[in-house]
Amino acid sequence: MEANIAIPSDGKNTWSGGGVRPFSASYGKMMMWFFILSDALTFSGFLAAYGLTRFKFIDSWPIADEVFTHIPFIHGEYPMYYVAFMTFILIFSSVTMVLAVDAGHQMKKAKVTWYMFATIIGGLIFVGSQAWEWNTFINGSYGAVKTTDGKLLQFVKDGHQIALSDFVVGDRGDNRVTHTKKNGLWFESGEEVSKYSIAQIKASYEANPSILMRSEQINLNEKQKIIFSREKGLSELAKAELVVEGANLEVNEYGNTIFANFFFFITGFHGFHVFSGIVLNIIIFFNVILGTYEKRGHYEMVEKVGLYWHFVDLVWVFVFTFFYLV
Amino acid sequence: MAHAHESNVKKIWMVFGLLSVVTIVEVALGIIKPDILHKSSFLGTSPLNWIFIILTLFKAYYIAWSFMHLEGEKKWFRRSVVWTGIFLICYLVTLLLVEGGYLFDTLSPLVRW
Repeated sequence: MEANIAIPSDGKNTWSGGGVRPFSASYGKMMMWFFILSDALTFSGFLAAYGLTRFKFIDSWPIADEVFTHIPFIHGEYPMYYVAFMTFILIFSSVTMVLAVDAGHQMKKAKVTWYMFATIIGGLIFVGSQAWEWNTFINGSYGAVKTTDGKLLQFVKDGHQIALSDFVVGDRGDNRVTHTKKNGLWFESGEEVSKYSIAQIKASYEANPSILMRSEQINLNEKQKIIFSREKGLSELAKAELVVEGANLEVNEYGNTIFANFFFFITGFHGFHVFSGIVLNIIIFFNVILGTYEKRGHYEMVEKVGLYWHFVDLVWVFVFTFFYLV
Repeated sequence: MAHAHESNVKKIWMVFGLLSVVTIVEVALGIIKPDILHKSSFLGTSPLNWIFIILTLFKAYYIAWSFMHLEGEKKWFRRSVVWTGIFLICYLVTLLLVEGGYLFDTLSPLVRW
């Protein structure tokens, strides 16, 4: 009946649950595990919702290979490589973290310090990569046209998607420019005007018979988007109402709006976890340098923060699979 | 803290190698997408997707057991975390995916491409 007995605590031990160790695990470590469990359920909620939505739009979901194709400083299409790189960075920083924990068990302060440092650097590289990925996603690279009945038209040449800038020629035709605070009333700015106008895109499409179009719809046997005939393309283009470049929460050039929303929400929530993990790691890093754990006699704090850090890696393994691979 | 002084460095690097190899295999398959795996169907999705999911669970197992050191925890502590999580996640995923499939069956005939 230990639960009914107040265990004397002089305040120093309150972090460790007053010395009670059910299952031979300290209070802090056990609670970190239960926090991780609940956080894992939050992430599975997001990923399962993503799964539901994807099943709902199984015949029109954007194909990840065609969306995430960029590597910094290099032109051309290289699907997967960059996220694979990010995955390696995160796994590697998990390794340095577990090496720090291991060195902590042996009370080797210098080693713990260096491994923690490497872990923080790895985390920063990952967050930086994710920022770059977001930037690329938001700016977009091809551009598309949205129709009045909600279809998203992308342009294709020789079976590959091409950008608006690859075939649109001539002049906007309406002389519109984006109304910014600089060129009007100082307190007013308008909606951004896209680089090309709908009339201009239509004219360019009509002038160039090698350009084809496709909507979001997928041929489920071929696992490829269905490409329209020239005539069908023309009749779809007649319904165009908006030129889409890049992505925001309302519309994006990749396909279903909710695809971009999930991308921002899930990778953003994961990125936020990485960020808070880095902050925790930095705090622990300085505590290691200051000798806090040397004085305490054990490096369990490194282990607890390490659990969180590994969890972030664990989540990324799933995000990687369900966002980029499957 | 169970193994206070023995070092696991060698094992850690082995697990890292294993996770790296699995990731490389995943990426290679994701880029090549062999038609026989990608364009066929098995239990509701392509065999390629099943391979990805199995490899992911394999990686998750090694991260949790080795890096997070679950193997060193007391058996019932481990189970209180793992069984709870796996049960609830399976439950949630099953219901939501079934619902997603139903939504597709119901709504997709109403979409005119």
